[in-house]
Amino acid sequence: MRDRLNRAVRRVPGWLIYLAGFGWMGWLFFQGASGALGPEPVEALEHAYGLLALQFLVAGLAVTPLRRWAGINLLPLRRQIGMMAFWFLCGHVGVWALLDLQSLSRVWAEIVKRPYITIGMAGLLCLLPLAATSTNAAIRRLGGARWRRLHRLVYPAVGLGALHYIWLAKGAQLEPFLYAAAVVGLLVLRAIPKRAGRRGESGDSAGGRFRALSRG
Amino acid sequence: MARRWINDLTPERATPEAAWLNRRQLLAALGAGAAAVGAGGPVLAQGAELEPTSFEDITNYCNYYEFGTGKGDPAENAHMLTTEPWSVKIDGLVERPGDYGLQEILSEMTVEDRLYRFRCVEAWSMVIPWNGFELADLLEMAGVMPEARYVAFETVLRPDEMPGTRRNVLDWPYVEGLRLDEAMHPLAIMATGLYGKPLPNQNGAPIRLVVPWKYGFKSIKSVVRITLTEEEPPTSWNKANPREYGFYSNVNPQVSHPRWSQAEERVIGSGGEGIFGRLSVERQPTRMFNGYDEVAALYEGMDLSEYF
Repeated sequence: MRDRLNRAVRRVPGWLIYLAGFGWMGWLFFQGASGALGPEPVEALEHAYGLLALQFLVAGLAVTPLRRWAGINLLPLRRQIGMMAFWFLCGHVGVWALLDLQSLSRVWAEIVKRPYITIGMAGLLCLLPLAATSTNAAIRRLGGARWRRLHRLVYPAVGLGALHYIWLAKGAQLEPFLYAAAVVGLLVLRAIPKRAGRRGESGDSAGGRFRALSRG
Repeated sequence: MARRWINDLTPERATPEAAWLNRRQLLAALGAGAAAVGAGGPVLAQGAELEPTSFEDITNYCNYYEFGTGKGDPAENAHMLTTEPWSVKIDGLVERPGDYGLQEILSEMTVEDRLYRFRCVEAWSMVIPWNGFELADLLEMAGVMPEARYVAFETVLRPDEMPGTRRNVLDWPYVEGLRLDEAMHPLAIMATGLYGKPLPNQNGAPIRLVVPWKYGFKSIKSVVRITLTEEEPPTSWNKANPREYGFYSNVNPQVSHPRWSQAEERVIGSGGEGIFGRLSVERQPTRMFNGYDEVAALYEGMDLSEYF
């Protein structure tokens, strides 16, 4: 069963994730523009894109624990998952800046004045170098070890994203805390020391990563 | 009794030819107890270019956490609320405490049309054609004792009809409060309808408070209890987060919410037609007391950044 799943994952072409992701992004936008998202489509889009970005980030964070503890290997699709998180985040910030605030001076004022926006922006800044080095060429240029070190920036990025979500909610809403719990849980799983020989693989070997990443 | 306050925000006055109404003279007339609208000099009326928000938007974009925290949740879930029969318990420092049936109340009250701006603390706004009567009349019906200084309000709490209350998003039941002089101001009304129709459940049926110069959450919905008190009553959002929500919560563009600016507001339903129309929502500057300057006297000598 697990092997069949893993084989199926390997057969999913990367562009299919992009097609689905950008398709969903466009569909949401169309729905907002046509009134299907209710009387305040700008806010609805802002929230939908932001939440999807966080969901993709959490999914990306789940890849290694899933492989290590459940033997499910989504590594071949991790780059696409991470890139979709980045693109939804761009959508989130784009809608906020262009459609909601509608001016650069307001954008700057909000970043400076509102801590939850400041940390959200910090999260986006963490992801910028990761998105920029998401190609095989970049991995070769940086070398596996440096590339991996750089990409640990995803941990603060997800943490800041989860905090941003908690911070902006009114009242004691449950959902932001569920995401934060998922993020903390996934980070804690990573901290558990590896036992040699488990499932006969070393979950984080650079070689495995290279093979996975070379699929573009 | 009623009709103390002259509505200067009517669709007729929203037309360009009426944009030259002297508001100060109107207020002066009000102060003199006259109902006449003075013909005045060319001072731009605040009602200019205002249009009521559509019934659809008013009834589908709501904050009513008892039915869920999403803006669409109340429209989806509020049908579960039974609003008949309905009575309001009026107690505390009143001469005639008791359970007042809604029909009994309405038979004594003068229901008027009041076109009010509505400004949510989340920095969006609507213009709502309410039908309602002045809160002062209801309080007079119960007879306010001289020691009373505050009015406390409570929303109905029925977890089996209000799915949002099964989680402690707020400390249920929802409670709100006003200082007595605020409550007695002719702008403060108890609304029982909008657009001439009975109040939809998601908007606080069958009877709710509307205080147009304060942020929307002060205008408590589906009221079942009104208590006159000597002490400032607790209010739900203030209990949940006193740093962010004060007892007064007057609309004030100068005092930011700690997490966002209150200087401007998004006007719901202001987007145009077409593919990008709906996504180009107008932002307009927020005005002190939501533009209802006539309440300023209530706060004379108070530092409103301290009593926010």
